[in-house]
Amino acid sequence: MTLLRVDGLSKEFGGVHAVENLSFAVNPGTIHSIIGPNGAGKTTLFNLITGIYTPSSGRILFEDRDITAKRPFELARLGMSRTFQNLQVFFNMSALDNVMVGRHLHLDRRFIPSLFRLPSIVRADARARADCAELMRFVGLDRYVGAEAAQMPYGALKRLEIARALAAKPRLLLLDEPAAGLNATESREIDEVIKKVAATGVTVVLVEHDMKMVMGISDHILALDYGRKLAEGTPAEVGANAEVVAAYLGAEA
Amino acid sequence: MNTALRTPRVAGLGALALVLALAPLSFPNAYFYDVAVNALFNAIVCVGLNLLIGYGGQISLGHAGFFALGAYGSAILTTRFGLPPLAAMLASAAAVGLLAFAVGRPILRLKGHYLAMATLGIGIIIHIVLKTESWLTGGPDGMGVDPFRVAGLEVAGDRMWYWVAAALLLLAVWVALNLIDSPLGRALRAVHGSETGAEVVGVDTGRYKMLVFVVSAVFASLVGSLFAHKNGFITPDIGSFFRSIELVTMVVLGGMASTFGAVLGAFILTLLPQLLAAFEDYEAMVLGAIMMGTMIFMPKGLLPSLALLLARRKGGEARP
Repeated sequence: MTLLRVDGLSKEFGGVHAVENLSFAVNPGTIHSIIGPNGAGKTTLFNLITGIYTPSSGRILFEDRDITAKRPFELARLGMSRTFQNLQVFFNMSALDNVMVGRHLHLDRRFIPSLFRLPSIVRADARARADCAELMRFVGLDRYVGAEAAQMPYGALKRLEIARALAAKPRLLLLDEPAAGLNATESREIDEVIKKVAATGVTVVLVEHDMKMVMGISDHILALDYGRKLAEGTPAEVGANAEVVAAYLGAEA
Repeated sequence: MNTALRTPRVAGLGALALVLALAPLSFPNAYFYDVAVNALFNAIVCVGLNLLIGYGGQISLGHAGFFALGAYGSAILTTRFGLPPLAAMLASAAAVGLLAFAVGRPILRLKGHYLAMATLGIGIIIHIVLKTESWLTGGPDGMGVDPFRVAGLEVAGDRMWYWVAAALLLLAVWVALNLIDSPLGRALRAVHGSETGAEVVGVDTGRYKMLVFVVSAVFASLVGSLFAHKNGFITPDIGSFFRSIELVTMVVLGGMASTFGAVLGAFILTLLPQLLAAFEDYEAMVLGAIMMGTMIFMPKGLLPSLALLLARRKGGEARP
């Protein structure tokens, strides 16, 4: 069974095809990377899958259920969560509270019980707090468990978003350029975090510009250019593809 | 940030209860009870409004309209339809909640200035309706309201109103703190932080914006009803644009996203004009200058800024 299937997906922005007739599938328990030069349509594809954009045509299936044009919060309910390249952190909250928002769907959020602070809510919240602190340690944020989000450096915020997404207990985690803006050491550490996440059984789809990182950790790679599929396969296959090398190295040279 | 959260809730509530219990000792004359009751009423409205503005990150420049609808709802239902005050108050609040829900659907999609304009429009429409529908509201001349009676007891006199309003403020602060501290409140604060970020972990942002908009409108309506009964006479100007601005100013001055800050802001802005009476014609200007100064030097509002200052002095600022 495939976890995620994209079928003939297209997105036009005023005549420009950001994504054009794209199809691919993601198997459960794998790390699946989407690569391509700037403007290849990677982020647009991500925004289509996660309900931020509505496709012009085509279908998206999650666990064989049609999720095309569903809103992001509905997708979260189905077991999908994501991070953002241009961070969507709650800077008005503590780091731990940021992660706890990720637990939202698993906590009692009825109005009347919340209004009167029923003991069951207090207990569940305390448990969630401990779990979320644990998640912060899991992604390597031990030092920031007591911090305000606004005080944290960029690299730590990227991990904070991963912890928040994991707090929702997703079966599919989408990471939007997790290594962008990080130095070599931080980038290697993020690699480790992603491998750890995948080892827990969460399927990971990531968009990445950094070819080296992708080669090292992916089970499967999809290469895009101008919104179309350029190549697909194992890292070795995609790395050996002449078109990919031309698009990528050509673009970077 | 979120100093109200770090203040142990019991300590905060206890301190507020103590202040409210001891405040009458400092009242120079009986007239001051009247001012104090207005301060308490404003504080309750601001606690609700702060949920919307401070925590939810939305804006309303029309909340005096909801306050006035509560007041007129109670006035009309009790004097013309003979409903008991408590029933009239609850019926008005339910109606205002429904109205907020109905107008919230289209306008809560708007953000920032656009939402401000839309809520401003609602406030103005309510004000005009109250002014022009004289057959029902008495028009600009206003209308009389009977005292508040419940179970054979009458709330009469400024002293008694003071204790009733003080108890209700404590109740309002308690439920507001409960709400903010719950998973629901956390989702609300997340909507303020980043709607997109909140959506992808399952927060139905539209629902929470609507919820807090309705709750804050109901707060305003309930207080409006009490105000009508206490005053015994109301005019459409209680729902004027100026009053809406005043309420928002109280929240911003006291400190956004701080429940106790909202209370402080309401107290200060209700009492200050009394203390500034010596300035006579220049009262409004002095008030304006105080507000400008606060926003320049304490952009987070009084209470959060003071708390931060205190934390720094103790060297207890949260360290990463």
